[in-house]
Amino acid sequence: MIRARGLRYTYPNGITGLDGVDLDVAHDERVAVLGPNGAGKTTLMLHLNGLLRGTGSLEVAGLRPEDKALRARVGLIFQDPDDQLFMPTVREDVAFGPLNLGLPDVEQRVATALETVRMSEHADRAPHQLSLGQRRRVAIAGVLAMDPSVLVLDEPSANLDPRTRRELIETLDAIDRTLVVVTHDLPLAAALCERSVLLSAGRVVADGPTREILDDEPLLAAHDLELPAGFDLSRLAWPRCPRAASASAP
Amino acid sequence: MSGGHLHTGVAGDPHSPIHRLDPRAKLLGLTGITLVAVSTSRPAVHGACALALAAVAVAARIPPRTLASRARIVIPALLFVALLIPLHGVTAFATVAPKALLGTSSAVLLSATTGFPDILHALERLHAPRLLVLIAAFMYRYLFTIVDETTRMRAALTARGYAPRHALQAQALGRVATALFLRTYDRAERVHLAMLARGWREQMPRLHALAFRRADALFLAALAAPLLAVRIAA
Repeated sequence: MIRARGLRYTYPNGITGLDGVDLDVAHDERVAVLGPNGAGKTTLMLHLNGLLRGTGSLEVAGLRPEDKALRARVGLIFQDPDDQLFMPTVREDVAFGPLNLGLPDVEQRVATALETVRMSEHADRAPHQLSLGQRRRVAIAGVLAMDPSVLVLDEPSANLDPRTRRELIETLDAIDRTLVVVTHDLPLAAALCERSVLLSAGRVVADGPTREILDDEPLLAAHDLELPAGFDLSRLAWPRCPRAASASAP
Repeated sequence: MSGGHLHTGVAGDPHSPIHRLDPRAKLLGLTGITLVAVSTSRPAVHGACALALAAVAVAARIPPRTLASRARIVIPALLFVALLIPLHGVTAFATVAPKALLGTSSAVLLSATTGFPDILHALERLHAPRLLVLIAAFMYRYLFTIVDETTRMRAALTARGYAPRHALQAQALGRVATALFLRTYDRAERVHLAMLARGWREQMPRLHALAFRRADALFLAALAAPLLAVRIAA
């Protein structure tokens, strides 16, 4: 589904975002992209949708970054839902993507997407009238309505209270798509993704089953990551599913 | 979620015949009343305009108290004009005051019967400059977000003992304004990225088309015919 080779990107101010990323993600796989602040996680996410174009090769769902159709195949969910919800009402915002892409049955798509994230009853409200958790769910609906093959989420659990965070995990868990979760919330990665990729200074420094990566305390410490105090990996219900089989063989 | 921003300004009975009209009809009708009012100083015309506005308010079942409290916004401007009475005489005040009141009441009635997104949609369909409509749409969407950010920054200043006593100490407010501008600029870039990510094509897509029906034409005719007749006769 995703195949990147030697992906490099330098920002106009000279800061290196990506420094030769190799990454493979299989169809239906759920992958967490972990890393400290400034590791290049968001830069990588913006590449997957063609919003940034570096050097090296990248192919997502059989499409290259310059292909306009890529926008429809890769759904990006930004860290701050206020950046993503710019239309006056929830319904219009969810319809924004499908209308731009000229997709059929927009109303039905909007209804289904809002139902998936349990936000149907808020369709006619303005985004600023919603709580942060609700706005994040609407942002997910806005992308689901475009029926993408891959869903890429940037720090989906940022600033959420524990209950809203759990509800978001349940919502994401119910979505049947290839999922790339960019985060430094390690328990979230453990709850959702069977495989993790550790990015540091624009490079992939570890790639393997989430449990193994989170169990490697020295590796996490070397890249400014750590599990919350008292977090017990052995008590976690690990993502089970046929996906796990494909996880180790991208 | 920040509280206090829950109502979008629509008042009265949302199922009233006025609320259900095409926003273009309301925009044109109420703007028309304002134009007729400001085009003359004849009390008869102003009276006719006031009657027309009252009829719209009654049909929309908007409580007079709501109208009065929203129209209060015009009072400071009227007081300012009143201060100029010694210079320009009472006549000038008597000319300006009814026009200002009628114009404000028209705008208040429009916003009480039509949601802001619908007004923007109407403006777009009436071929108002697209860029201006877009700017207004983003301002409406992000105004509350920016107000919340400002409130948080002011709280942060106060929490660290900021209590300006003279003008020189106000420079911190300038820094807050700068920080707010930079944050807003950054947000604008992120919003643009988010729009591109969902296939933005320089045109705001609309889920529902507006429909101009017979009731809309009747509403416009019912306003225009008597007002224009009084205006021409006066």
